[in-house]
Parts: sequence; structure tokens; C-alpha cells
Amino acid sequence: MIDISILTEHLDLYLEGVRHTVLASLLALAGSFAIGTVIAVMRIAPFRALNAAGTVYVEFFRNVPLLLVVYLFYLGLPALGLVLNEFVSGTLGLMVYTSSYIAEAIRAGILSVSRGQMEAARSSGLTYNQAMRYVVLPQAVKIVVPPVTNQFLNLVKNSSILGVIAGLDLMYFGDLINSETYDTISTYAFVALFYLVLTIPLSFASRMLERRLARSG
Amino acid sequence: MDFGAAYSADNLAFLLEGFGVTLRLAFLAIVFSFLAGCLIGALRYARIPVLSALLGAAVELVRNLPLLLLIFFARFGLPELGIALPPFWAAITALTVFEAAMIAEIVRSGLGSVEKGLTEAARASGLSYMQTLRHIVLPIGLRRMVPPIVSQFISLLKDTSLTVMISLGEMMHHANIIMGQGPKIVFPILILAAGLYFAVNYGLSLAARRLEARQT
Repeated sequence: MIDISILTEHLDLYLEGVRHTVLASLLALAGSFAIGTVIAVMRIAPFRALNAAGTVYVEFFRNVPLLLVVYLFYLGLPALGLVLNEFVSGTLGLMVYTSSYIAEAIRAGILSVSRGQMEAARSSGLTYNQAMRYVVLPQAVKIVVPPVTNQFLNLVKNSSILGVIAGLDLMYFGDLINSETYDTISTYAFVALFYLVLTIPLSFASRMLERRLARSG
Repeated sequence: MDFGAAYSADNLAFLLEGFGVTLRLAFLAIVFSFLAGCLIGALRYARIPVLSALLGAAVELVRNLPLLLLIFFARFGLPELGIALPPFWAAITALTVFEAAMIAEIVRSGLGSVEKGLTEAARASGLSYMQTLRHIVLPIGLRRMVPPIVSQFISLLKDTSLTVMISLGEMMHHANIIMGQGPKIVFPILILAAGLYFAVNYGLSLAARRLEARQT
């Protein structure tokens, strides 16, 4: 039922798709981790205005569809005079969307470090930034790693959104191959296979990390 | 940007019509995936040999694939197998399969989170397996499942936007059509669509938070 020749004849296209899917996921992960950390710290910092801005950011991006965020970059920015290519606007959309989830994971991690730690660090003469950097954040990382790994798994899956805007990812090339072969089941079975090769190790890693970190308490 | 032209009466009516389809799509998929997810999660919790393992493998498979792929498969792959569904129902099928796998995991871990000592005590005091499930495991487990299940419902409502690929007339499809009127109305339409999704989802998450606060 599944025609293996579709894979062998279009292997270069599939791999080109995998390359872009991996690239978009890695870029979006790095960017969303940076943005997410800033937003998380904003939400915790002792400044009302920063807290509010961080909250608005997180609540907005968590409650609208990823497609809409990608559209804002892909269709909205050109309307404002800034044209980006499909891959870049798709990756930026992914980055901004995912950063709201990562911000929440980091915030939860920081809040789980008991207040006394911060107070002790401050009273022993560290500044707020120093206390954050040397005392609170290292402890928070443990709690943050499993959900962030999980977000990376979501990222790989969500990067398929690039397919909607012709972003050269695995979904896009699946579409392209399908329009040539007309064998939807075989074409997409191989697309699925490539996604599984990327996602299953992440899913295992996330579960293993969770277990190991839970044990080391 | 031209908010006046973007928000003409015709455009607003058309966008809202699409939002109606979005809500209907989400509602049906929520009901179906909740029922299927509870059933699968409960069967996995019960550890029935072979069946639980098969369900576990199926859940794992679905959870590691992009939803967009499932939507595509339901719309264009199923007809090759002799199952031709209209776009709306193909979307419901894909959304249900995808979200049911997520909910099954929530249900399984929710039930699993009930301390073993409690169930052992219940069995030791003479309750049957079904009675223990009904009076001990379900009440405690269900309470813990409420927040993740609500956030899954929020995901589902957002995910309906992916059906834009199979053009069934939900809000993003209608938004796409309206945006064809010109570049000046793209931003206002996207903002309005975002506002509508946000209103429903934020309402849901507030309700969930209140529910959670009341229970603890």
C-alpha cells in the first residue's frame, strides 16, 4: 500500500524539508528561550509596569493561535512596509509564540525556589541581579528543563506551520511531492516518519529528564 | 492601515460567520475528544494486557506528529482508503484524534497521581475495584485533571485555525478571503481575529483558574 519508491525518488526533497524544519526549530528555540527569560524576569521583578507588560505579552500569545501569530509576521509586516521571506517570518512567528510558553515555564521554576533564598542572598550583600544570577536561577534550572524540552518537542511539531506559508519545511515539501505523485498516503506516511525521527527522541528525553530531576529532588 | 474599510458591515458579518464555524468546530471536537480521551486514558490506567500497550503506542504516535499532518491526512489521505468526508468532518476527525491522545495522557496521569495508599486502603476496607475507582480515584483524580484539560480545550480552539489548509469556512479562512481586498486591511483584520480568539480563550482560562481556586 505504501510505495517506497516515493521516498527513494524524492529523498533529496524530504531531506531539504528536514533541514529547514530542524533549522527553524533550533532558531526558534534559541530565540524563544532568550525572549522567554526576559519576559519571565519582567513578570517577577519588583516593578509594577514591567509585571503588567510581561503579563500582557504572555496572555496575548498564549491565547491566540500560532497561525495568527505567523500571519502577523508573514502578512501583517509587509502591509506595514517590512517584507520578510516565508522561512524567516514563519520562524519569527514560531519564536514569539513559543516564548510565551517558555516564559511561563521559567517563571514557575523561579517561583518554586523558596523566598528565603532570595532574602538570604540579598541580606548577605548581593544585589537583586546577583542574587538572581548566582542563587535563584541555578536552582530554578532543574525545574525548568523538563517543560522546556517538552516545548522543544512542540516546536518541532509546530514548525509544520511553515508549510502553510510555503516556508520550505517538511510539510511544504510533502505538499510539493504530493502534487507530483498524487499518492497522498505514501507521501505523507514518509513525512510522518521524518517527524517521528525528530520528535520521539525528544519525547523520551523530556520524560527521562523529568524522572531523573524528580528523583534528585 | 484602514480600519474603516476593514471593519465594514459586510466584512464583520463574514468574519463573525467564520467565527461561528470555528466555535462549532471546536465545540464538537472538544466533546468527541473528551469522551474518547477519557475512555482511552481509563483503559490505559486499568493496565489491561495487550490493549493498554496498543493504546499506549497509538497515543505516543499521535502525540509525536504535527496536527497539520493529521488534518491533511484526514482530508486527502482517507479518500484514498475509500472514506471520503466533507472538509468539516475531516477536520473534526483529525482534531478529535489529536486532542484525544493529549487528553488520554492527562486522564491517565491524573488517575495515576492518586496515591497508592489511598486505593489500597479502600480495597482493604472492603470496597470493590469499581467502587474504589468511583468513590476514591475518580473524585480525587478528576479534580487534578481540570486545569490541564481546560488548557487542552484552549489549544483545541486555537488549533481549529489550522483547518485553513482545507478551506472549510472557519474564521481564518474567512479572514484570508477578506484580506484579499488589499494590504491596508490586513493588520486590522488580523487584530480583530486575534481579539475574538483571545476573548473566548482568556474567558476559559479565567474560569479554569476560578474553578481551581475554589477546589483547593
